[in-house]
Amino acid sequence: MALSLINAPARVARGHVFEIRASLAHAMESGQRADSEGRLLARDIIRRVECRYAGELIFAADLFPAIAANPYLAFHTVAVASGPITVRWQGEHGFEHSASVTLEVT
Amino acid sequence: MKCLAWWLLAAAASVGAQPDTRRSGLDFMTPALQTLQRDDTQNPAALWLKDGEQRFSTACSACHTAPGLRGVAARYPAFDAVAGKPVTLSQRINLCRSRHAKAPPYATESSELLGLETYVANLSRGQPITPPADARLLPFLALGRQLYGQRIGQLDFSCAQCHNQHASGRLAGSTIPQAHPTGYPIYRLEWQGMGSLQRRLRNCMTGVRAEPYAFNADEFTALELYLMQRAAGMAVETPAVRP
Repeated sequence: MALSLINAPARVARGHVFEIRASLAHAMESGQRADSEGRLLARDIIRRVECRYAGELIFAADLFPAIAANPYLAFHTVAVASGPITVRWQGEHGFEHSASVTLEVT
Repeated sequence: MKCLAWWLLAAAASVGAQPDTRRSGLDFMTPALQTLQRDDTQNPAALWLKDGEQRFSTACSACHTAPGLRGVAARYPAFDAVAGKPVTLSQRINLCRSRHAKAPPYATESSELLGLETYVANLSRGQPITPPADARLLPFLALGRQLYGQRIGQLDFSCAQCHNQHASGRLAGSTIPQAHPTGYPIYRLEWQGMGSLQRRLRNCMTGVRAEPYAFNADEFTALELYLMQRAAGMAVETPAVRP
């Protein structure tokens, strides 16, 4: 289930600051836990989150094993132009997921 | 019949002049955690809710509409005439799949089933829990009440000892809530994921070092029936967040 959410307002006045909230359903398996048989579970985490808006990288974060499952990130930006806000999640074992919402700037 | 009269009397007494001292587990949480539950854009269960919504629109919408299912979760567990016993909401979803949709049932505690159950329960959010006044449920309700008061496990505790007598007290660092199942399925931070009431009850049972019932055991349905009766009138909160 690669399922993500992006919460951002549908419409923002030009020049105004608004918040983007993004989350992803992901186990963020730390590599430190064992299964019921005592075998170590292999690490499987998201390493990088990037958000692009109006042709620019507006937010990026490197994630590490201590971050809990289903990572949630909230950040702010300034409304400059109508268009898509795209959040891209990259993880280990070739994991890649990208989602976007459309913002209308008035 | 005597049993029914007794039950009606008990129900009438519970809505008497006494102030309602029942509190949802939500009230025992920190303000930050309460916000996490109440703000739909922060609640981690929204991931399952969205999955359930998409699943509902493809798998269930041939027969069901969202408005048509409003309030349904507040009335479960309900008696199923074919099975001859009460069934929980998740069991009902799987029965619906096998009987009507001719589709294979979802695995117990799978993200598919939890997502769909979360979506259906969320349609009743804010509505009062209204257990059906169905005389066929009475023996199961009595069993649930008995199990709630029965001492189990190496620690020899019953549900009632912690959740009635010592509710609001502390168990190590955690507050003991009153055990009202108002927001299931819940996103539990300890699990880092969603889980059903049965998963939560199993946690409590292993906590007192008792052997938990298997998933979907009739004892769990009976306990859920009693807990919902005990929480009658409280608002559905699904999807709740708990520590």
